[in-house]
Amino acid sequence: MPVTLYDKLWDEHLVQTDDRNESLIYIDRHYLHEVTSPQAFEGLRHKQLKPWRLDANVATPDHNVPTDRGNQFEAESIKDEVSKIQVVELDKNCKNFGIHQFDITSNKQGIVHVMGPELGYTLPGMTIVCGDSHTSTHGAFGCLAMGIGTSEVEHVLATQCLKITKLKNMQVNFSGQLQTGVTSKDIVLHLIKLIGTAGGTGHAIEFSGSYTSSASMESRMTICNMAIEAGAKVGLIGVDSTTIDYVKQHSNLSNSMFDEASKYWKTLHSDTDAIFDKTINIDVSKIKPQVTWGTSPEMTIDFDAEIPSQDSIAEENLENLLLAKAYMGLDESQTLQDLSFDKIFIGSCTNSRIEDLRDAANAVKGKKISKDITEAIVVPGSGMVKAQAEQEGLDKIFIDAGFLWRDPGCSMCLGMNPDQLKPYERCASTSNRNFEGRQGNLGRTHLMSPVMAALTAINGKITDPS
Amino acid sequence: MTNSIISGIVATFDRDNIDTDQIIPTEYLKSIKKFGFGDFLFDGWRYLDEGRLDMTAEDRSKNYDFILNKEPFVNAQILLTRDNFGCGSSREHAVWALRDFGFKAVIASSFGDIFYNNCFKNSVLPIKLTKEEISHLFKIAHSFPVRFKIDLVKKVINYDHDSSFSFDVKESLLDRIIHNLDDVDITLKNKDQIQAYELSRRQQRPWLFDYRN
Ligand code: SF4
Repeated sequence: MPVTLYDKLWDEHLVQTDDRNESLIYIDRHYLHEVTSPQAFEGLRHKQLKPWRLDANVATPDHNVPTDRGNQFEAESIKDEVSKIQVVELDKNCKNFGIHQFDITSNKQGIVHVMGPELGYTLPGMTIVCGDSHTSTHGAFGCLAMGIGTSEVEHVLATQCLKITKLKNMQVNFSGQLQTGVTSKDIVLHLIKLIGTAGGTGHAIEFSGSYTSSASMESRMTICNMAIEAGAKVGLIGVDSTTIDYVKQHSNLSNSMFDEASKYWKTLHSDTDAIFDKTINIDVSKIKPQVTWGTSPEMTIDFDAEIPSQDSIAEENLENLLLAKAYMGLDESQTLQDLSFDKIFIGSCTNSRIEDLRDAANAVKGKKISKDITEAIVVPGSGMVKAQAEQEGLDKIFIDAGFLWRDPGCSMCLGMNPDQLKPYERCASTSNRNFEGRQGNLGRTHLMSPVMAALTAINGKITDPS
Repeated sequence: MTNSIISGIVATFDRDNIDTDQIIPTEYLKSIKKFGFGDFLFDGWRYLDEGRLDMTAEDRSKNYDFILNKEPFVNAQILLTRDNFGCGSSREHAVWALRDFGFKAVIASSFGDIFYNNCFKNSVLPIKLTKEEISHLFKIAHSFPVRFKIDLVKKVINYDHDSSFSFDVKESLLDRIIHNLDDVDITLKNKDQIQAYELSRRQQRPWLFDYRN
């Protein structure tokens, strides 16, 4: 019987299923960061357990790290006392338990989902977990990758397994070619608008189709990253030559090991005629740049479309619409183009890879940011991205245009480090969540692609990229 | 110890997509402890001022329009809401905050997948009902304070003298709440099987064990 990629990965990693249909799945790679791990390590200590398999774990601090820290900065120098405690605690836990960490002083440190694939820790066909919902990113490599809670972090550390039930299969076919100025971010925002933030709940979404096959690994990661915003904790894409070329460049495997592995990796795609519980077909050539107007990623529209009005929506959604508009400071007649922006954030595990920075740099080259913008920051996703960008001179382009060029971290994606919005500030952001307060108390977030964010920096307003 | 009955005041949140950042804003995730998050539950809605991890509810200026600041909802144990509750991040802090406030059950038409799982590890019961059933319960609980009684063994919610809805939830998950079970202990009973699996994988897929840090 033809099977889906998700089912193949599931079968490959199944240790056992008990009589109540709960399964133990073996975990190949476990990423850790400072926010969701302390209580898990505490749990191990309490139970007097050691990690099951040390070499499966890799850690780095990302959520709390200041991004204007410069070289030779140590965890002890973090000003915010509580942030410091988490980063220092991760140091201690990794040392005590023997887990490999790229700490805050490492030139390879970065957002865990950007850093992992670049350093070759993410390999096709792996099961990958992390106490972070955007672990779905690694599905771009044909991995079964998903976010887990802190109790599960403890469970994986202690047993190398996860106790879960199987998801259903959903397929999203992206066909066609993108219009100029449109990126993978627009494609995935468009999907979320279409199916809603609960559209993929209970499913693993496999992305396929001609657009997906032609997309770079960076673009694929952006799409899988936001599968969770469509409700699917797993997003994945079959392995092809693009995947294998990327892994060849980034992994540390010996040639013979790589060759042996790639024979297996090439089998990691859904069989033709595999049955999905749900299939959605999207022609990407019709998609315009997407921008969110509200407080949920599904509150997305074409950059030049009308913001939904009270009369245009169903009664049952009215309450949600009014709350979102009030929070975002939007009155009935405004369009996205009418809004004045205060801050620009180019970064996060969705859009801080080298390709994203190239796109954004291209859009601002030789220009200056609008005087209405009080702060525009570019935060490379990792030490490797930063070095690569500097080698290509992208840092100069950004700095000349008036951007701040920062050190790697989650930064303004969420309000846990010094990069935050002040109340009522409006931000063009390349991150993944426009939830209330996400970027700082009462801050207003509009999600968009790096190109659109760069143009918004130059014009102070949303503009047509074409 | 078994917990087979949940009975308490119902607080209603009439909106969809309440995400984990609403349940507990990111600035309070910096604690390295597993308890003490109750004062920050729904922080953005519950208070008028900006808080810090070292503040308690007593230090804050409260928004008295917000349901959890009103009697008798300050003692609510059951939360009734609409669609996709707990979407967003994987942080268990969201469940810890609900638990520490005193919530023992959340009733919604759907939940974020990761949040749903996290609930069972912390003795908070997430109950899925249909949208129609949810609307019906809203009609009952919206206008004045009510108590629901939830029977975990029979899997029913008694919401009125003799009216009830039954709900579906996996027995194995439910057991964790009823008997306070810990997953690590359960899984380690299968140690031999995990080791056997690992051994065969080492031979079949050696590159997964070859990585040099
Ligand atoms: S960049 Fe944002 S979404 Fe990604 S891991 Fe960091 S905080 Fe989470």
